[in-house]
Amino acid sequence: MLKSVKTGLGLACAMVVLAGCSSTDTDDSAQQQMTQVQEPVVETPAQETAVPLDNVVYFDFDQSLLKPTTRELLIQHADRMRGNSATVRLEGHADELGTREYNLALGERRANAVRDFLVLQGVDAANLEVISYGEERPAQAGSSESARKMNRRVVIN
Amino acid sequence: MMKNLLKTVAVFVAVSLSVGARAQLVVDITSGIDDPTPIAVSPFNWSGSGVLSEDVSGIISADLRRSGLFAPVPQADMLSFPKNPEEVVFRDWRILGTEYVVTGRIEPQAAGYLLTFDLVNIFGQQKMFTKQVSGGSRQLRDIAHRAADEIFEAITGIRGAFSTEMIYVLEEQRGGRPSYALMRADIDGARAREIRRFSAPVMSPMWSPNGQEVAYVSFETGRPAIFRENLSTGSRQQLTNFKGINSSPTWSPDGTKLAMVLSKDGNPEIYVLDLNTGKFTRMTRHFSIDTEPNWMPDGKSLVFTSDRGGKPQIYQLTLATGQVDRLTFDGDYNARPRVSPDGKTLVVVHRSRGVFTIATMDINTGRMRVLTETTLDESPSIAPNGAMLMYATKRGDKGILAAVSLDAGVKYNLPSQRGDVREPAWSPYFD
Repeated sequence: MLKSVKTGLGLACAMVVLAGCSSTDTDDSAQQQMTQVQEPVVETPAQETAVPLDNVVYFDFDQSLLKPTTRELLIQHADRMRGNSATVRLEGHADELGTREYNLALGERRANAVRDFLVLQGVDAANLEVISYGEERPAQAGSSESARKMNRRVVIN
Repeated sequence: MMKNLLKTVAVFVAVSLSVGARAQLVVDITSGIDDPTPIAVSPFNWSGSGVLSEDVSGIISADLRRSGLFAPVPQADMLSFPKNPEEVVFRDWRILGTEYVVTGRIEPQAAGYLLTFDLVNIFGQQKMFTKQVSGGSRQLRDIAHRAADEIFEAITGIRGAFSTEMIYVLEEQRGGRPSYALMRADIDGARAREIRRFSAPVMSPMWSPNGQEVAYVSFETGRPAIFRENLSTGSRQQLTNFKGINSSPTWSPDGTKLAMVLSKDGNPEIYVLDLNTGKFTRMTRHFSIDTEPNWMPDGKSLVFTSDRGGKPQIYQLTLATGQVDRLTFDGDYNARPRVSPDGKTLVVVHRSRGVFTIATMDINTGRMRVLTETTLDESPSIAPNGAMLMYATKRGDKGILAAVSLDAGVKYNLPSQRGDVREPAWSPYFD
């Protein structure tokens, strides 16, 4: 039940933001609308913070593009980060395919993509710290495609 | 005359920090050339007391076999065990098809051993040389490798690299958590020992050109930072602590500079650090990923990986002008270039049909050749004689080291008995 509420919220936010992004001067109003949408769905702020958000987002091979589902999730993260001065670490990772140093760069590119998106949502860039581990810290060992999928990720900590 | 005949093993201090934590690598030869040269290393005479701790003639045989160019005769097939050239019966060895015989004598010395060894050409019916190698009481393996170098060079004309070493990364589980170590071993995998242990990932080890230091990337500070460490004293220095990536250190051929990758400007760029002045100079300016620099032997340009064309490919940067030229066009993924000692061949990680292999490219013609047949091959490192390279691959889910000759004829694996091993760095010559 909670899960479906979360997804619904994410979709609503994504639609509002996408609409906001299509014109140049509506960022602020988009954010305000998001807040408005948010309040009726989630009953109290106390409950909102009690629901943990997924803190891992995934990528395609050699890609740093944010998938639509990732954007939805990041919008929810941004809602919680705005006005909060805690530092958040964005840890970029890559799968085992390709070379280690290149993957270090790829992990950073992914974490930067998440950072840039969060900043667009109004999160203070000074509170976001990017670090890449490349392929050095896999979430899942092994060479299966399912393991690789889990390893091409950014962890929001 | 005596000077030519007498070769003395340089005594280098082997820093063994943790004898208990051994991760021995065992050679497993998978292919050699079609027609290797038959050679017999007759068991050496030992004129001291007790039993030697190492089988010196056996180590020489193993070195020559691992080169893929030789087929050492098993002791069981030998009709006699000559100890000097006068005892070699040419007819007996001709019957076996043996082309060369090595004889030798080990004598105790005040602080170690002296090996006198001879190379005999059976079909030419003549002694090619007699040489001597000496070393300390714990250097029998060094003595053997040095003798193998001499034998290899006399027959092939290529300088032997059996007395070189390698540094690699070991990852294993300790108390349910990953533990990492920079390891150092003889190039045959023996005498593996820890240089340093880490609780966070360590990567990209690179020997200094004089073989005295190693540069590497450690995450111990919470972000990747570049260190240089003296291999004899164990003292080390953190060279970088910039925001973002600090990676891919690589020494200039004269050892005065370190090329590296820093992303402090927003995305990964190639920098050169002058080790004397501490000054960093930015070498690339591009919004794409620029990484994995390696010096050309003349020190005048760098090759590196960039995805400025959309996919990772190899580019060459001329340091004096800043001009960048693309070198690879074959395949949609070419990365982590290493240049052969003669500057003529590029070794890269190459993807074709979704499989990552090690390939060479002739820099003049652009012709590319795939050397390996496994699927997750990476981190090639070329021997100082340019004959072989070591790389990392997977067997099952386990990281192992493997070697292949630059002409692809010779292959062997060096699986670790413990943990995952990767990122081999082949040492330079130590003299």
